[in-house]
Amino acid sequence: MTAVAATLQQFSVRFGEFQALEEVSLEVPQGAFVAIVGPNGAGKSTLLKALLGISPGALRDAPTRVSGTVRVWGRPPEQVPADWVGYVPQVKSFDHSFPALALEVVVSGLRRGWPFRLTPQERAKAQAMLEQVGAGHLAYRRLGRLSGGELQRVYLARSLIRQPRLLLLDEPATGVDVLGEADLYRYLEAYQRRSGATVLMITHDWEAAQHHASAVLLLNRRVIAYGPPAEVMCHTCLAQAFGHVGHAHGLAMEGR
Amino acid sequence: MLEALQLPFIQRALAAGLLVGALTSYLGVLVVQRRLSFLGDGLAHAAFAGVALGLLLNQEPLWVALPFAVTVALAITWVRQQSHLGDDTAIGIFFAVSVALGVLFMSLRQGFAPDAVAYLFGSILTVTPTDLGVMVGLALLVLLLLPLWRAWAYATFDRELALADRLPVALHDYLLSALVALVVVVSVKVVGIVLMAAFIVIPAATARLLSPTFAAMTLWSVGLGVFSVLPGLAAAYGFDVPAGSAIVLTQALLFALALLRRR
Repeated sequence: MTAVAATLQQFSVRFGEFQALEEVSLEVPQGAFVAIVGPNGAGKSTLLKALLGISPGALRDAPTRVSGTVRVWGRPPEQVPADWVGYVPQVKSFDHSFPALALEVVVSGLRRGWPFRLTPQERAKAQAMLEQVGAGHLAYRRLGRLSGGELQRVYLARSLIRQPRLLLLDEPATGVDVLGEADLYRYLEAYQRRSGATVLMITHDWEAAQHHASAVLLLNRRVIAYGPPAEVMCHTCLAQAFGHVGHAHGLAMEGR
Repeated sequence: MLEALQLPFIQRALAAGLLVGALTSYLGVLVVQRRLSFLGDGLAHAAFAGVALGLLLNQEPLWVALPFAVTVALAITWVRQQSHLGDDTAIGIFFAVSVALGVLFMSLRQGFAPDAVAYLFGSILTVTPTDLGVMVGLALLVLLLLPLWRAWAYATFDRELALADRLPVALHDYLLSALVALVVVVSVKVVGIVLMAAFIVIPAATARLLSPTFAAMTLWSVGLGVFSVLPGLAAAYGFDVPAGSAIVLTQALLFALALLRRR
């Protein structure tokens, strides 16, 4: 029997009148690479945050109702040691005006606090991590001067520096060019091979999902389909998730 | 000018000015980077209502204004967290309520209230030993809480990442806003309600222009906040101009220089 990294049972989240997730039940085996696909507003980010242990109400102002259970390695997510989990948030959520060097952002992943001064060891470790994701030259660049794709690399290095067992990525390919996207999958696959980590990644690009993921979760508030890519990416499933397949194709093109 | 330093009230003015400059510009870094610049104004007016209430109750204004402003700060933070109204709106509501209460308390009090007017514009030369004692106490508290800079900076950088790393972000928000309220109340006597926001915003904004990192921004801000007090006080003594104005104009001049340097 394969070990299970994460389980959701009848998990529902409601923000005011808006049902973000409805009775989501699924199991993520240890070492899986799950691509989460679905239209905007399908609850993909809410699902990732639940796995992170961020209470769905913490970032929302609407009255929030949560039911069902989420377990990560059998525990409530907020009881999982924070350094077991790496997280790459959406690029659009970054505050570009915050004065910081790329190197500091990476070190913040080690410290779980903001560094006032970097030790030589931290510098070396962060530099090495940036080099691994092809961003060594960005170490002393200011955050505000990085492009979307460069930021993604810095945040990927930040999430990987703590050697997470579970890696959660929210649309990491957005703002990245095709070359960068190929790199991104290469780094993720290399890390996974090395560490045996479990990866959950939200993406709009279902062709990439089909290529790289071991499983695809098709989500539209409810689980539409979950399984090996070839089975999930069927015409009827996609039509059900996106309303109609033409629209879904449009989204896939947008994500590139 | 040097013989003026022999005078106890000048010594107190200098010490108070330097302490206020350091405290406001340190917290200002977090306030400005969180886009809460209006908070300084809002809490200064809460301090005004607290002072007016203290005068109405015939109590030492400071001891009434401190808990009053802290309560307002916590209430602002609560409303910010509970609603999607936006920080400026939440602060604006409490700003207005504070002014309304302050005016009401003043009108209920019989006779003229010179102390309240002093609070409006600040009077650094009338700082009492008690005022200074409270400032020193508060400075020690801020020093004691210095290790929290890491958590506050982290949540300022990215709230979501801080939450994912199990930081009690909401609790830190309350703590930070209460601390800002305490600093604003003790500073208002020196700076005045009207100019309070400048002390919080201008050194931090100047530091932002000069700094590649948040640590550097913090050091620059405190340095500028402390430094701008000296020419300000010298001008106040030498040319008999209001100290608060002279300090704020010095801060603004430094901001303009930083802005020009960047171009």
